[in-house]
Amino acid sequence: MTAVVNPVEPLLRTERIPHIWCPGCGIGTTVNCFARAISESPDIDLDKLIVVSGIGCTGRVAGYLRLDSFHTTHGRPIPFATGLKLANPELRVVVYSGDGDLIAIGGNHFIHAARRNIDLTVICVNNFNYAMTGGQVGPTTPTTAIGTTAPYGVYERPFNLPYLAASCGAVYVARWTAYHVRQLAKSMKEALHKKGFTFIEIISPCPTLYERRNRLGDGLARMRFYKDNSVIDHDADLRSLDIGFEGKITCGRFVNIERPSLIEAMDTRLSDKLGPKYQPIGNGT
Amino acid sequence: MKADPRGVLTGAHYIDGNHACCEGAIAAGCRFVAGYPITPSTEIVERIAVRFPLVGGVFIQMEDEIASSIAIAGAAWAGKKAMTVSSGPGISLMMEHVGFAVMTETPCVFVNVQRGGPSTGLPTLPGQADMMQARWGSHGDYEIIALCPSSPQECFNLTIDAFNLAEQYRVPVFMMMDECVGHMTEKVVIPPADQIEVEPRHFTDLPPEQYLPYKAGDDSVPDMVKAGDGYRIHITGLTHDERGYPVISADCQDRLVRRLVGKINRNVDSITRVDQDQVEQADVVVVSYGITARVALRPIEMARRKGIKVGHLRLVTVWPFPQQIIRELAGRVKAFVVPELNLGQVVLEVERCAAGQCPTLLVDHAGGTVHDPDRIYQAIVEAAK
Repeated sequence: MTAVVNPVEPLLRTERIPHIWCPGCGIGTTVNCFARAISESPDIDLDKLIVVSGIGCTGRVAGYLRLDSFHTTHGRPIPFATGLKLANPELRVVVYSGDGDLIAIGGNHFIHAARRNIDLTVICVNNFNYAMTGGQVGPTTPTTAIGTTAPYGVYERPFNLPYLAASCGAVYVARWTAYHVRQLAKSMKEALHKKGFTFIEIISPCPTLYERRNRLGDGLARMRFYKDNSVIDHDADLRSLDIGFEGKITCGRFVNIERPSLIEAMDTRLSDKLGPKYQPIGNGT
Repeated sequence: MKADPRGVLTGAHYIDGNHACCEGAIAAGCRFVAGYPITPSTEIVERIAVRFPLVGGVFIQMEDEIASSIAIAGAAWAGKKAMTVSSGPGISLMMEHVGFAVMTETPCVFVNVQRGGPSTGLPTLPGQADMMQARWGSHGDYEIIALCPSSPQECFNLTIDAFNLAEQYRVPVFMMMDECVGHMTEKVVIPPADQIEVEPRHFTDLPPEQYLPYKAGDDSVPDMVKAGDGYRIHITGLTHDERGYPVISADCQDRLVRRLVGKINRNVDSITRVDQDQVEQADVVVVSYGITARVALRPIEMARRKGIKVGHLRLVTVWPFPQQIIRELAGRVKAFVVPELNLGQVVLEVERCAAGQCPTLLVDHAGGTVHDPDRIYQAIVEAAK
């Protein structure tokens, strides 16, 4: 009998498995979707596909993918990736990180990268809390949910991430849950093949912390919740995409537009102004 | 290797230290700069923004200094020589990525055109009060290289050296300028490209299956690859093994941190550079750096006219500290005089190395202008007694 090899296995640093993620955590599911998206994209040169993560549970994604991968500092994968992409435009750069990393401490970089339309695919696993540090609340935690730093429940309003990304200029915006594996893999494929700033939010369970503290059941219960409470509406009004505590989750591909990417805009402007004197990156030393 | 002539403005120029720093970076092969405007450093990135599109470089004005300081790490891993530029408040924000560059052994250059601090301090006026920050500002144990130019010509020369040292040792290198040197306009001679030595990146010769990103040879400095070369590297700011994989253990920490520190400490003699003037026969040695080394020339001359045997030791590299020279001198001089535009930073190192063999007189200054030469003169007279 021949051993069955998982088709995504060549894309993983199997010597680093078992991974650090808890049973029922959704991050591994998203990585599986990502690995499938790239394994089903033969046009993508894996040697030129770079994954950059920040700090946190999702920040560990970079370390498990058998790709050039960078585990940077807290909140800063986007500016690291910006330097990487501008310095070598041939690279396809993916930022894969969590909600706290990308949206709280890294929020300023997120909005500016979207504004610039730098060629990056940003994948944000949103588990509604800081999981690596033990379940603190953050800027995506639904109002009234409990976390260790909001023991009486959150009274701030969370970000609506698709609306935020779109309003800042992202050319591709989608949201799925860890239950929507096929749609998610398809969105990842689309985002990877699109120029400019592309953004995917993935609502994902954290059974050890967020779900346990809020008495929402285990990972399987979360999958049932996502199945029963998500609505797919590609044409949804972006302003309506807020997620309330145990409220409905609107999923879909909300934005898919064309706009010159940062590198295209830079080349166009500098060519116009400087003519043949303009030397794009790589033409110098 | 020699500099790429396409980036080198050979000839004599009448420019300030900030502009000279920009030209030094381009001559050194820098092709990526990320920055954020801050007085008194801004002219460097302004000139970069004009020059880079003509030489195949990319400049990006980031949203803040934190972003700038890690964008250069990204660019370095894409294979470029990269630099960021700032002053006190911005440098404070960049400190985490000094540590990241140390830990991931990312060659890059941080330019600090020093102004008066703390906090917003004196944006338009000079200081030298970030000397210890350059050495200790990021958390954890590490060693760093910091250069201190005293003139626009040296801003050009030492920026090239900064890039060369960054490549040789795979460390972030600080250019510790100050507002006076940055805004001082003098003649700067840029030599022909074939007279400018440029250290290339040390890329590995090994194939991917044999390459380990953090396996160092005898010099303790591992060879690099760049993203996209097919090596499938993993780079992390966590404590890591030779594969680059995180290992959270005291043993791995010990091996890694001792190597990171050792690669600088074991090469102090080849890294450090000082200028010595009449130090051999001196009774008193003035130890100075940056703009203060220029100011010290007059009181040294005044003292010599009075018959005092004064030597001048100018620190070109402040970090790693040239401790051997100070130790040796301490055994045979009456005293050191250390003028600096702070309330006592580098003087602590001089005292440490003198180890009680001779007294050390600080001529302090809170910043905002340069020293009154007479104060340094009085200290020399006092020291010679």
